[in-house]
Parts: sequence; C-alpha cells; structure tokens
Amino acid sequence: MPNRSDPSPGANEEEQDMKKIDFLVAGVGGQGTILASDILAEVGMRAGYDAKKSDVLGLAVRGGSVLSHVRWGTKVASPVNRKGRIDYLLGFEPLEALRGAEFLQPQSSALVNMQPIPPVSVSSGDDVYPTREKLEQILEAATEKVYFVEATREAVRLGSSKVMNVVMLGAFSTLLEVPIEVWEELILSRVPSKHVQLNRAAFIAGRELIQGA
Amino acid sequence: MKKVLLSGNEAIARGAYEAGIQVATGYPGTPSSEILETVSRQYGKEIYAEWSTNEKVAMDAAAGAAYSGRRSMVTTKEVGMNVLADSLMYTVYTGIEAGLIVVTADDPGMFSSQSEQDNRWYARLAKLPLLEPADSQEAKDFVVQGISLSESFDTPVLLRTTMRVSHSKSVVSLGKRAEVPDKVGPFVRNQEKYVCTAMWAKKRHPVVEQRLRELAQYAESSPFNRIEWGERSLGIITSGITYTYAREVFPTASILKLGMSFPLPERLIHSFAGKVEKVLVIEELDPFLEEQIKAMQIEIVGKDVFPPCDELLPDKIYSIAVNAGFLLEEDKITTSTAPSATALPPRSPVLCPGCPHRSTFYLLNRLKVPVAGDIGCYNLGCLPPFNAQHTMGCMGASIGVLHGMAIAGVPERAVATIGDSTFFHSGMPALANMVHNQSRGVVILMDNGTTAMTGHQDNPGTAWSLHGKDVPHIEFKPLLHAMGVEKVVEVNAFDVAEVEDGLKECLDYDGPSVLITKGLCVFISRDPQLSYIVDTDTCVACGECFKLGCPAIVKSDEHNPKTGKAKASIDPTLCTGCDICRQACPTGAIHPPVQTKRSKT
Repeated sequence: MPNRSDPSPGANEEEQDMKKIDFLVAGVGGQGTILASDILAEVGMRAGYDAKKSDVLGLAVRGGSVLSHVRWGTKVASPVNRKGRIDYLLGFEPLEALRGAEFLQPQSSALVNMQPIPPVSVSSGDDVYPTREKLEQILEAATEKVYFVEATREAVRLGSSKVMNVVMLGAFSTLLEVPIEVWEELILSRVPSKHVQLNRAAFIAGRELIQGA
Repeated sequence: MKKVLLSGNEAIARGAYEAGIQVATGYPGTPSSEILETVSRQYGKEIYAEWSTNEKVAMDAAAGAAYSGRRSMVTTKEVGMNVLADSLMYTVYTGIEAGLIVVTADDPGMFSSQSEQDNRWYARLAKLPLLEPADSQEAKDFVVQGISLSESFDTPVLLRTTMRVSHSKSVVSLGKRAEVPDKVGPFVRNQEKYVCTAMWAKKRHPVVEQRLRELAQYAESSPFNRIEWGERSLGIITSGITYTYAREVFPTASILKLGMSFPLPERLIHSFAGKVEKVLVIEELDPFLEEQIKAMQIEIVGKDVFPPCDELLPDKIYSIAVNAGFLLEEDKITTSTAPSATALPPRSPVLCPGCPHRSTFYLLNRLKVPVAGDIGCYNLGCLPPFNAQHTMGCMGASIGVLHGMAIAGVPERAVATIGDSTFFHSGMPALANMVHNQSRGVVILMDNGTTAMTGHQDNPGTAWSLHGKDVPHIEFKPLLHAMGVEKVVEVNAFDVAEVEDGLKECLDYDGPSVLITKGLCVFISRDPQLSYIVDTDTCVACGECFKLGCPAIVKSDEHNPKTGKAKASIDPTLCTGCDICRQACPTGAIHPPVQTKRSKT
C-alpha cells in the first residue's frame, strides 16, 4: 500500500469523490472548436472539478484538423486523453468526428454535426469523402449512443453559420448534469456583446435539437 | 485566491507580471507566441513587450535591460534558441543586475518545427539552471521563482516548456505583482564583469563553474524537486509534461519529479533510487536525465525501452510499460471498432483562399525552376499541387542555399522564396553576401505585410508594433538598393501576368535580383470581395484552376462529356474574390458576380 504520510495524488483512488469525465472535441480550423472546448473546460471548473485541456492543431493556418482534449476529475494528471477511454465525443464535422472515434469506448456518447467540410484532398479528387451512411455506420458501431444533429443548418437558420459551435454546446449541455446557468453565463461571457442574443438563441436551439428529438 | 483556467503560455505571461518583470522580448514562433501576446494585451501597462527582429536581438535587448536593473524575459520557440544561443553564452559569464529568464517552448512531435531538438542540452552547454514546469500553475510559479533564483545566483535561468505545456490549459491560482522600482539608476560600470574580452572572461569562467556547484547544492533541497512516495516496487524519475503522463499511467508508483532538471540533485536521486526496487527514467526526446543519472552509477531503465522520437503520450508509455513488464495489463479494455485516424482522408494545411502567395507558386510550378524555400506560410508551396520548393531548413536559409547553388554551378536559373519578416530576421546578411560575392539568382521577397504563420505579428516592415503605435516602417525597395542589389522588381501578387513578367525579367538577369511580390495577407486585408462564380457552360474541365490549390475551388458534379473530367465550382463560403483563378482560367469561365475589380495594392 502507498505510504499515506506523503502526498501522492494518484494513489488515493478511493478518496475520489467526483467522477472523471473525459471529452474529445473534433473539428476544422475556423469552426470555433477551440473556443467551444475552452468553454467546456471552464464549465467543468465552475462545476467544481479539476479541469485540463489540450489542443492539437496543424500548422497555424486555417482549415486544418483541430482535436481538443478536455478532462474533468477530482485531480486530473495528463491533459491528453487515452484511446478507447473517453466518455464523450463532440464532432463539429463528420470526418473529424471519425478521426476522433478511436478514442471512443462502447459506453461513450457521441454528438456529431453532420455538415461535411471536404478537405482539399477530396475536393481535388485525390480522396473520397465517406458517405453519410458509412459515417453513421462506423460511429454507431463504435459506441452505444450517437446523436447526429444538423447544427450548421440550425446556425444558418438563426442567422450565422459561425454560431454552430454554440448550437453544439447547447445540444451537448442536455447530456451533462451541470446547471444550465453555468453554461449560459460562460458562453455569453466569451462572445462579442453585440452577438449575445444570437448566441443565446443558438444555445437554446441546440438544447431543443436533443430534447425535442 | 482567484483561480482561473490558463494555458501554459498565458500562465508564463502571468508569472512575468507577478515576478515584477518589466521588459519582455522575443520573436514569434509556435508554440511560444502567445506568451508575449498575452503580456502585451493584459499586462502592457506594467511590462514593456516587443517583437524583436530575431531571437538573438531579443536576447541582447533583454540582457541589456537586465544589466540596467530591469527584471527581464525573452521568449523563443525551440529552434529559435539556436539563433539566441550566441547571446545566451555570454550572459551566463556576465551574470545580471536584475533577474533574467529565457523561455524556450520545445516541440516534441514536431507539430510546427523543422526538427525535434531537445533544448534541455542548452542548460548543460551554457551552464545555467533549467526549470521544467509540468502544468500551468507551475509555469506561472516557476517564472516567479526563476527570477528569484536568477537574482540569488547572479545568472540567467532557462525555463523550458513543450507544446503540451504551452498549449494545454489547467487551473492556476493567481498572486500579486512583486513591487519593483519605477525608474532605474545610472548604468553600472563594471567592466570586469560585463565586458567579455578574453582577459576578463577568463576570470569569469571559474565563477560560472563555482556557481554551478552551488546550484547543484541548492537543487538537493529546492522546492522545485519533490518525491511523491507510493509503492516502492517502482520508482520513476521524470520532469515536465511527462510527469503528468507518468502519473496517469502509474497512479500508485513512487515518483521523483524534477522541476529543476539541471544541475541535478545527485544525493536526492541516489537516496530515491536506493529506496525503490527498480528505477524508470521517463523523458520525452533525448536521454538528458538518463545519461547524467547513469553517470552517477545508478541502474535505470530508460531509452532502451522509451523511444527518443515523437511525443511520449500516456498511451505509448502504457503499452511500452506493459510490454517491458513494468505494468500489468489492465482489465481488457473493449476499444471501439473505429478505424485508425491515419486511414482517413487527411486534412492537410493549405494556402488560404485569397492568399497572395498562390500566384507565385502557381508560376514556379509552371516554370519548373529549382526553389530554395524558407520558414513561413509559403513553405506550403512545397506541397501538391505546386511542388515548388525543393529545400527548406531554417529561418533565412533560402538565400544562402540559393547562393550555394550558384557557386556550385547549377546550370538552371534558381530562385529563393522568403517572407518579409523572415527577410528581416536573417535573410538580409545572406543577401548582402550574394551582392558582395557577385552571386546570381532570384530572391522572391513575398511581402504580405505581416508575420502570418505565427499569428500575424508585426515586423520592421509593418507600420505597427506590439504597442499598436503608428511606427515608421522599413520600405524594401530603398533598402535593397542601399544593399547594392541593382535589379529590384516590385509586382502586385494578385496580378498573375505581372508576377510572371517580373519573374522572367529577374530570371534573365545575370546577377543577384529581388522580385518583391506585394499583396496583403487575407487575414489583415480590409478589402474582401464577393465570391466568384464558375460559368459551367464555358468551363471545359481543363483543370487549370485546380493547379492553384485553392480550397474554395472544388470539383462540381458536372463533367465534360468528351473527357469525362469534372468541371470546377467555387464554394461561396470560402472564396474571397482574390481574382487569381479568373486570370488563370484559359476559357474565361470564372468571373465575379458583378463587375468588381480588386484594387491594386
């Protein structure tokens, strides 16, 4: 047994009073993936968890893959998730959701925006973008609960494709036991003041995508 | 105490504030750039911050400020340390009047660097203390404690992060700013200390060696290093981000965490190793700790199982530890059936829609000339469909390599591509060399008006600085003429014919020439146009526009019935109306929705 007289943060498994929750947010540069995962990490902190996050982006140009790891727990060690162990996958784009799918386990939940953004390798004809049926099939085989949503369509309906990330956060907020006020306050504090109304509407519309389904 | 979620880089900026740092300099480079950006944005009132021309200039400026009594910080990315190193060496000899901290952000995994060098070696080479924070709280605290260490031992201090420390966010408790005087007194005249001429520097070397011995003594009981006792069957020695990975994978093991990883606490390491059955040294990249610990005659397992390449993420540590028998395999994890990410269509970075560099690489691909490349967005010119960059090594290398091709007698007319900021950083001495040694070759100075790839910072060619002031900027044409370049042609990067004519004129010139391609980066351009459209009746699916590698130009569902090839279409959400594809289209099928013409820059 570990020596309890010394600090040993990892050795006190049974003292953990809060469940760990690991997330992966996958999207394309320019979709607001990092802002959304920043908010998700901060929601965890406000909800009383220790929280860490780590983003992997390609070169500092837009249009590349973005993969954000977010972890909540009593005491989080690594900011990076391990494959086959996350609890939630948020896919802002279907191909990127697939790219993050190897982190899923059968008990995970996945929430995926189904609006594709073909990479240049596809638009130039060198690669083929997976069909919608194929995407759904792979994700449904990978994990138990998968929610396919049209977050981009919803954002456009509200006035701007840019609030797709907030629509997704709204939808995702229905899957976690965190007070809705925490989400709203954090999201609205992170968007330009002239867009507060639009973002509030996007958040509510996102919630309805899941709750109304 | 207020708690906030900060990235490692934001935490270092906060640390600079709390440490009473008053001067912060650096050159932008991923993953270090956000440090100075945060300093300037949030603590600009208390801390003078600047983007210097290059890392060496930044280091000299920080040294000068520290000599003058201001606590100072200089920031660089991993490879920028090579540029900075010349100045680092003398500051270790001279010491300082006020604290001086050098921050290097390394890049294991090479997310945005040309090499995977491990800058911890610089601490051994230059003989200064090395701090390695593992998370944002430590990143902030180590800056504060590093400044105090610097002043106690009269030495600059090296703080090394990696991408995962710099770009990860974790919870940080904020503190107050140390009190520092508003003004400094007259400059201290202490020649024997601050003039590194051989006769005086020779007397400083023993001081450096003695200081190192004292630092090693300090390391034995320093709060930077700590032991977390757990089970005694396995003891892990680690530092930096790898500590968090090791803790994740070995939740019950004993760990010696080295926050100060040079000079090493020899007695502490011996004592730790003596109390555990087996010692594992887990470190990303080089066997930096390992070689020193082995020299202490301690038996360890390290690089014989953990590879020196790439990141050492928890998944990798876990599978290696299981294979090597240090860890029992956990209950069979039912992993998902999802395909590996590598089996999917890649989403490689590309030149943005509206990028001024596109015309140049489109033409270089057509002219098939050898191209010596450089560091910046334009390095993407090496990728398909352009394939128009044949060497690329480090900042400013393009012009020297071009000169090398000329003196080697390469029969083709060769070209170097270099951006405005990179030219100021280290391209100028190489161009002066070409003029002086009567070389030949075309330098394409791709002036997009900003340091784009690292996040649109200023440089001596921009009319603003980190302070946002209206500053005088250096014009390239008179500068190049003054440098003795007789052939200088300036063209509008968005005018394909003009770039082509200029390029041919320079290629025909028998001597060093510079073609300035001027066009603002699409991110700072205030001149967005409506999306262009393709007239599918006129499009013959020749494929010429696809050679521009523009993400906005996609294959449509319509095909040329004769060839079966797909016609083009333009994604209106991506197109910026830069007009380059209209000029490249041989059949006139691409046009703006209304008659607007991009104003010439």
